[in-house]
Amino acid sequence: MLEIKDLHVSIDGKEILKGLSLNVKPGEIHAIMGPNGSGKSTLSSVIAGNEDYEVTKGSIFYKNENIEDLSAEERANRGIFMSFQYPVEIPGITVTNFIKTAINSNLKARGEKEMAANEMLKKIRDKANMLEIDSKFLSRSLNEGFSGGEKKRNEIFQMAMLEPSLAILDETDSGLDIDALRIVANGVNKIKSSSNAIVIITHYQRLLDHIIPDYVHVLQDGKIAKSGNKELALELEEKGYDWI
Amino acid sequence: MSLKEKMVSSFLAFELDTNINSPVHDIRSESIKDFEKIGFPGKKNEYWKYTPINKVLNDKLTVFKKKRHLIEFEKVKDFFVNGIESYKIVFIDGAYDPLWSNTTHKGVDICILSAILENKKYEGLINKYYNTITDKNESFSLLNSSFSKEGAFVHIPKNMELDKPIEIIHINSGGESSLMLQPRSLIILEKNSKAQILESHYSLVGENNKSPYSYPGFIDPLTNTLTEIHVEENANLDYYKIQNDLETTSLIDNTYINQKRDSEVSCHTFSFGGNIVRNNLNFYQNGENINSIMKGITILGGNQHTDHHTLVHHANPNCESYQEYKGIYNDNSTGVFNGRVLVDKIAQKINAFQQNNNLLVGEKSSVNTKPQLEIFADDVKCSHGCTIGQLDDSALFYLKTRGISEKEAKGLLTYAFANNVLENVKMQALKTKIKKIIANKIGVNLGFEL
Repeated sequence: MLEIKDLHVSIDGKEILKGLSLNVKPGEIHAIMGPNGSGKSTLSSVIAGNEDYEVTKGSIFYKNENIEDLSAEERANRGIFMSFQYPVEIPGITVTNFIKTAINSNLKARGEKEMAANEMLKKIRDKANMLEIDSKFLSRSLNEGFSGGEKKRNEIFQMAMLEPSLAILDETDSGLDIDALRIVANGVNKIKSSSNAIVIITHYQRLLDHIIPDYVHVLQDGKIAKSGNKELALELEEKGYDWI
Repeated sequence: MSLKEKMVSSFLAFELDTNINSPVHDIRSESIKDFEKIGFPGKKNEYWKYTPINKVLNDKLTVFKKKRHLIEFEKVKDFFVNGIESYKIVFIDGAYDPLWSNTTHKGVDICILSAILENKKYEGLINKYYNTITDKNESFSLLNSSFSKEGAFVHIPKNMELDKPIEIIHINSGGESSLMLQPRSLIILEKNSKAQILESHYSLVGENNKSPYSYPGFIDPLTNTLTEIHVEENANLDYYKIQNDLETTSLIDNTYINQKRDSEVSCHTFSFGGNIVRNNLNFYQNGENINSIMKGITILGGNQHTDHHTLVHHANPNCESYQEYKGIYNDNSTGVFNGRVLVDKIAQKINAFQQNNNLLVGEKSSVNTKPQLEIFADDVKCSHGCTIGQLDDSALFYLKTRGISEKEAKGLLTYAFANNVLENVKMQALKTKIKKIIANKIGVNLGFEL
């Protein structure tokens, strides 16, 4: 699904990722943990296609295709999704209209027919129910005045609607209270299948109580310093990142 | 002969055709005298600094129309708001068109000004309200007052909530070159009354977005309109202006609104086109607990120019004013926002808010924005802000990561930028109409119902 080899990434001439490698197969959940400034958000941004970051060395293959030259929208059209740590507020567009535009843009880019209005409505209703989202919420302006928890829930709602093959969840647990965390995690677990893959980027272990990763990687100074299974996350929680 | 001289001498001919015993006769003659003294704004006039109005003051312009033009309904039906019942007052080239109008005198007067000015029954109202709040030092207001004869007249009696909106529609047929039109409207809302009014300016469109009767040397009309609005105690006016004209026609719109205590007026101005469009929107607060709301969306392209000059005169304590104007400028289009807020010494505890945000899309587009706060009271809250810029990169990236193409994402964000101003539009059918015009102007297929 995702194969990152010896990735070096810079922003404004400063090297953030210094030779990162990662291999994610369909059906797997990977957690990437690390202290602040270790390069976690850089990794998610560069996979999503943020052009502010420059890949100076190495490669990212997605479904056996080098995606280096693909724009963010082309990556999304191919099934890559990123849940933002800080989703952008867009007054003037409702959540519903935004997701309709996104779904039909992807279908169009893949050469498929636009989704019928009733089918769209049903899907929106189903996914909103799954994430315990009130219908009033859907007619509000995108992320405008949303609480931290509402923003994150809205990100996972978009993920559920877009059904990506690869989802990068960047600090999805931050800003969530325990109830919202449980709802979001349940949603992610329901979306998870043997054909898609999820990369969870997180500072803390608590989301991993609810979404059980197959692999845990520790990112330190732009490189994977240690990999293991879910036990590693618990150990990190107990001993801190200095222990690595 | 200069246009000024021509206007002054035209008045003599105009006067022959009017009733000199009418109560407005003195107003007309005083106005032309004052106009003769000050003339049109000169190049150094600060009030007109960024709007080259002289460009459209062609000395061939005339206030006399030669012929009457009939237009088929098919060509103008889109100028109405679809799917609503409304009172209608329609003018073609400044002349009342009874065919598509729907006026009334049953308990409320929604009709034409010319009929009122000649009717003894209304003399009291005319003396009380007519030309009482216009600026006697403003060239175009004076010119309009000189030649005023026709326009809309609305009088809502006290305690009445009007059952349906009023549409006042001005249509240029383009059938005649060099017309300078002077529509004049008087709107009175008595105590505790409530009304919705939509005023729009359109032209018939032919090939290449020009007048259908255009020929080499054809001079498109210049409309110099003036509307006086009196809103009495605790009355409520919801007022909309649509200016969606040809790239060749120009409009000068002077609107004067006088509010009494506990009243509320909301005015939305949608400026979607014209050669030069100048709005002078003036609010006078004459009482306590008054709310004045001004919102505007301007979307221009080509070489179009729109200028919004607003004035709120806070003359009393405990009042509010709210201004929110957004502009989207494509190609070489240009814009002006000048928001003047005047707070008298006695006008304590007022809250005045002003915001003007602009998106410059065209590489050669530009906008001049200027808040002008003159505050003489010491316990007030006045805030203002303006931005001029491009679309937010982080928002653009967010949309792209959802699979939306760059072009569509830009369109969607531009639409969202403008759409945000529409939330207080209470007429749903109008809101839909405006959203469609916006989407069309931006040239984006949004893929969802508007």
